[in-house]
Amino acid sequence: MLSRTAASLYWLGRYIERADFFARLVEATLRLDVLSTRSAGEDAWRSALAVTENTDAFIATDHALTREEVVRFLLAGTDHPGSILRCLARARDNARAVRTALSREAWQAINAAWLIFDQRLSRLDPTATLAVVDAVKGETRGFEGAVHRMLRNQTTSFIRLGQAVERTDNTARLLDVKYHILLPEGERVGGTVDRDQWTTILQTVSAVTAFRWLYSDGLTPTNVIDLLLSRGELPRSLAASTEETVVALTALARASGTQGEADRMARTRQARVAKTRTGDVIAAGLHQHLQALIAENAQLHDAIGRQFKFH
Amino acid sequence: MGKQAFDEIMGGTGDDGARPELQELCAWLADTPDDELRRRQQSAETTFRQLGITFAVYGESEASERIIPFDIVPRVFFADEWTRLTDGLAQRVEAINAFLVDIYGEQRILKEGVLPADLILGNAQFRPEIAGIRPPHDVWAHICGIDLVRTGPDDFFVLEDNARTPSGVSYMLENREAMVRLCPELFAKFRVAAVDSYPDMLLETMRSVAPRGCGGRPTCVVLTPGHFNSAYYEHSFLADSMGIELVEAADLVVDDDVVFMRTIGGRVRVDVIYRRVDDDYLDPLVFRPDSMLGVPGLIAAYAAGNVAILNAPGNGIADDKAIYSYMPEIVKFYSGGDAKLPNVETYRCREPQALKYVLDNLEQLVVKLVDGSGGYGMLVGPTASKAEVERFRAALIAEPERYIAQPTLALSTVPTLVDQGVAPRHVDFRPFVLSGATGVRVVPGGLTRVALREGSLVVNSSQGGGTKDSFVLMAERGAMTQTMDGMTQTLGAMTQTLGGAV
Repeated sequence: MLSRTAASLYWLGRYIERADFFARLVEATLRLDVLSTRSAGEDAWRSALAVTENTDAFIATDHALTREEVVRFLLAGTDHPGSILRCLARARDNARAVRTALSREAWQAINAAWLIFDQRLSRLDPTATLAVVDAVKGETRGFEGAVHRMLRNQTTSFIRLGQAVERTDNTARLLDVKYHILLPEGERVGGTVDRDQWTTILQTVSAVTAFRWLYSDGLTPTNVIDLLLSRGELPRSLAASTEETVVALTALARASGTQGEADRMARTRQARVAKTRTGDVIAAGLHQHLQALIAENAQLHDAIGRQFKFH
Repeated sequence: MGKQAFDEIMGGTGDDGARPELQELCAWLADTPDDELRRRQQSAETTFRQLGITFAVYGESEASERIIPFDIVPRVFFADEWTRLTDGLAQRVEAINAFLVDIYGEQRILKEGVLPADLILGNAQFRPEIAGIRPPHDVWAHICGIDLVRTGPDDFFVLEDNARTPSGVSYMLENREAMVRLCPELFAKFRVAAVDSYPDMLLETMRSVAPRGCGGRPTCVVLTPGHFNSAYYEHSFLADSMGIELVEAADLVVDDDVVFMRTIGGRVRVDVIYRRVDDDYLDPLVFRPDSMLGVPGLIAAYAAGNVAILNAPGNGIADDKAIYSYMPEIVKFYSGGDAKLPNVETYRCREPQALKYVLDNLEQLVVKLVDGSGGYGMLVGPTASKAEVERFRAALIAEPERYIAQPTLALSTVPTLVDQGVAPRHVDFRPFVLSGATGVRVVPGGLTRVALREGSLVVNSSQGGGTKDSFVLMAERGAMTQTMDGMTQTLGAMTQTLGGAV
């Protein structure tokens, strides 16, 4: 496989995953803001910007921190890279560059996701927002389904690798920011629980129902953290994403017959994450733990680029 | 013109009913309500958009990806018409090949005074850099798109030869896909030759011209300028249909006169390149020192005989509009016979007498820039405004050698679905001719372009043109020699002609 093709597939995976994550985050934040009994208002949107690392870019626009402005910014902003529209445009550019490597269905899903933004942008009330978000989720889901129907070769491995690396980053960031907001320094884990806030996290990783199945003792911060950190059953947990990274890299190693730096890093990390106990992490400092993981993920990303000669 | 044009389905004037062989098609057109035709047409266009069969319009900003309008009414060639066309096309392409072998070799045609030497040697399309290089198997024009127009049942003319990187073949294939899906009843009524073997034929052509000694299975690739190119969909479509890599210049590297592509597992040797980039951007060491684009050393590898490039660099001299008017002489010189497919009568404005005639008759003529394409830089006298005519008059007087002129032909029409219903619209035709080491082949089909505006003769997609499927009907029981899929072949003749010329 051409190195350029591999790089495009990897980035395609990352951008699709990111668009999907942003869509879920907007949806969950919207619920928190307008659909819950006690509206979280401005704070909800501020944290959405923080999770997506868009705080500075949004401030630079000089727009007021309102639902409509943040939604427009996250959904359809064109003058900053951190919007769903821009993610999908980048995903589509990468997909176009490797058009031959994708099945028609996979391409059509990406193209259709991109075309969503051709219309429906004049007004962004909650109903319209949910319609766009649902459409994006539908197409990214369609893309994932199409990828699963493609040949299980290097093409799909690179897409899955990109998705897994991106997912690791997204989940770590989501947990880090939300945890910070919900339990400011000095407050103890296990204090009064803002159910709506914690539910938002679960919604963002599509795990509301899953949570009930896995934890019989109810919605506690420790349980939510445990779910996102170490439950391999949840596809968006850090345990699952780091394992998926290893799986994708192993498939690539099997095809090429060689392994490298990225394989070693990913395996070491996965072994460590698998052994991590939630209680210990909370005691030692969740924020530090997540920051270290995010930095390590960035190093792994660089190692992947070196190993497959992306540049 | 306009009104009296020959209609390929309705016949002469349209009063005496359809051409007898096409009465069923005519009945289909009459029986299918316009709304139904429109619905099917929209369905095809929706599919094209979803697949991303788009082209970018240069000079327009971002969301400028457009689809080329698709017309649901097919255009039809009879088996005997197709046989004659194929003969003429093979003869012409063989002559183009022989011409290129000669012009970059011995230059017999100049020595014998058939062509003025300055026409070649002073032409920007002539590439002295590659003179003396012999491409593998002496094939130069592997993929030609010969643009034809028609004025009557038996009157076909070559409008333009495209021997560089002709595009449009993906439309031939996708239009057929759409027709089979949307109008299956037509394929039950008519025996239409299949076109879907084109990618296989193209790959066979590529493999056949692989450098000698590259082993059993040459590595073939398609070289694209990248996904911002207007024809990118076609590049990716072809690579995909052939199951070969689609590469950009940056993916290739030349080492010790051997071409490699960069892969995740290291370098892989490349033997055959179907390039869809212009000569100028092939190799900055040879063609454009100022350019960052291209593959440094590619031409050296080509000269060393280590890689085949389709189409050969330097082909522009064969399809140059200034050369076009000499094609009848060129065909005669190399084939020994008269051209089976005539040219459109052409006035070379570089010749004083021709220039005088052109200036006196501007309102009746089509004037073209010798180095223009895509319908730009063109005057269509009968429909042009006075101001446009005068602008061209001034340009002609200033630089006559840059122009040729042709009479406006009464181009044939085909019924076409337009806003007012089904109405005749002018068409042209681009068949695709493949030349490999073993001969010339023509896929039974091609790209029909239609001028959607009433009376318009300009079919270019950038100027409001659309496309149609082109049916080639298969002969009834053994009326002609043909392979299973209706494809006609000429074998052997070409290798001989080429052998003699070198």
